Amino acid sequence: MTPGEELPSLTVPITRTLVIAGAIASRDYQDVHHDVEAARAKGTPDIFMNILTTNGLVGRYVTDYVTGHSGMKAVLRKVSIRLGVPSYPGDVLVLTGRILSVNERTSVNEHALATERTIEISVVGTNRLGRHVTGRVVVDAHPFRSHPLRSHSLRPRTSP
Amino acid sequence: MRPASDVHHQLDLHHPLDIHHLLKAFEGRPAAVSASAPDSVNLPMIRHWCEAMGDTNPAYAGDGAIAPPAMLQAWTMPGLSGTASARTPAYDELFALLDGAGYGAVVATDCEQEYVRPLRPGDRLTFDTVIETVSPRKTTRLGAGYFITTMMRVRAAGELVGTHRFRILKYAPAPAEAAGQAPSGAAAPLQAPVRASASSRPARPRPVINRDNAPFWEGVAAHKLLIQRCTACGTLRFPWLPGCGRCGSPEWGAVEARGSGTVHSYVVVHHPPFPAFDPPYAVALVELTEGVRMISNITGVPYDGVRIGMSVELEFIRVDGEWELPVFRARSGGPEGAAA
Repeated sequence: MTPGEELPSLTVPITRTLVIAGAIASRDYQDVHHDVEAARAKGTPDIFMNILTTNGLVGRYVTDYVTGHSGMKAVLRKVSIRLGVPSYPGDVLVLTGRILSVNERTSVNEHALATERTIEISVVGTNRLGRHVTGRVVVDAHPFRSHPLRSHSLRPRTSP
Repeated sequence: MRPASDVHHQLDLHHPLDIHHLLKAFEGRPAAVSASAPDSVNLPMIRHWCEAMGDTNPAYAGDGAIAPPAMLQAWTMPGLSGTASARTPAYDELFALLDGAGYGAVVATDCEQEYVRPLRPGDRLTFDTVIETVSPRKTTRLGAGYFITTMMRVRAAGELVGTHRFRILKYAPAPAEAAGQAPSGAAAPLQAPVRASASSRPARPRPVINRDNAPFWEGVAAHKLLIQRCTACGTLRFPWLPGCGRCGSPEWGAVEARGSGTVHSYVVVHHPPFPAFDPPYAVALVELTEGVRMISNITGVPYDGVRIGMSVELEFIRVDGEWELPVFRARSGGPEGAAA
């Protein structure tokens, strides 16, 4: 993971089910995200994906990449997104990303040597209409607790 | 057709009044105070979110699960019953003002979240929201409106766990034809530049010609750049106005500009895109040798070749095949007299 490196793209078919499931899972009951007739009455050709779902997909894209690439646990620290064109059912959203910076820290204690990274990634999501989302994500990567050294270091030691 | 007696006959739904001075007063006022999330952080809602997003991250399941951080806002949503008990009168007043003035449509544009610590099942969240800023009126592809930015601080047991800055556009939908070939309405492209091909590009905006400036445009049609001159005090003025800004006299004559000048200042327009233009392009403030300044385009150099102090020469271009426009061509030899 080095600055400038491109992330493998993620293709997300924007199905009607995804638009509605994403809206409801994010507790967003605005009718333009689930009711075609109501959406059309407001001048849009179809229902469209809500910003919370876009946020969720961007988060998933980044954490999947970090975990898949480094085998480390990925914890989001910041997600900043700006929406452009809408995503309608039938569209295909292609997320791409690029690493902006990597900061590595090594912490040492009596039991373990742990390396943690903070990675900043820019993300762009496009569909047939253009750019749906541009954003920046900051994510921490650190060893899973199952890591032998790490788990050992985390086990509390009490002397009876 | 509306009857002439219609009380709304002067209300142009696509060009409502600018009410920024009223909206500005809402900056800094709370939109929610000590509001409680309807549900504490819980595994079922986390699971439903992950299913919808297709997120199989093991950190969000099993013992020691955390909530997906990007789910932060979801915990604060009022849901279907929409109990707005958390909202303050200020927020409702702001929306009522905008709705009443014709800015009835809304679209979310930005979301900036910081996660101080992961949320875990059992966390009971409260939040406070402040109206940070209300932008001046902006013209977007969706229509004219205001960007409203709110900042929410989310706490668990009093401890800050995350922040959520959210920006929406409250706007008056543009008529469908103004939105070009793009889908119209709430979901039409907002940020994406639209580059129409030359053949399909919409016409540029027409100048507004009235009795105060008609002689100027007659001059342009004859390839003359005319500057207004007060006959009482002799002050030159541009653009054309009904009275002299120096002495107040309404009497005027005109002198023809020699046509040379320098770039006094300029900007490069990247955004927002307008259908008839193809960003990026430079817009320059040209100071004529006569001393007045006018806004125009610079020809003969790319947008990033325009410089302050550059010498320019008047020329006329034909726009959309039917009308003339005065522009300025960069003199060969490059910048001249530019600030070192």
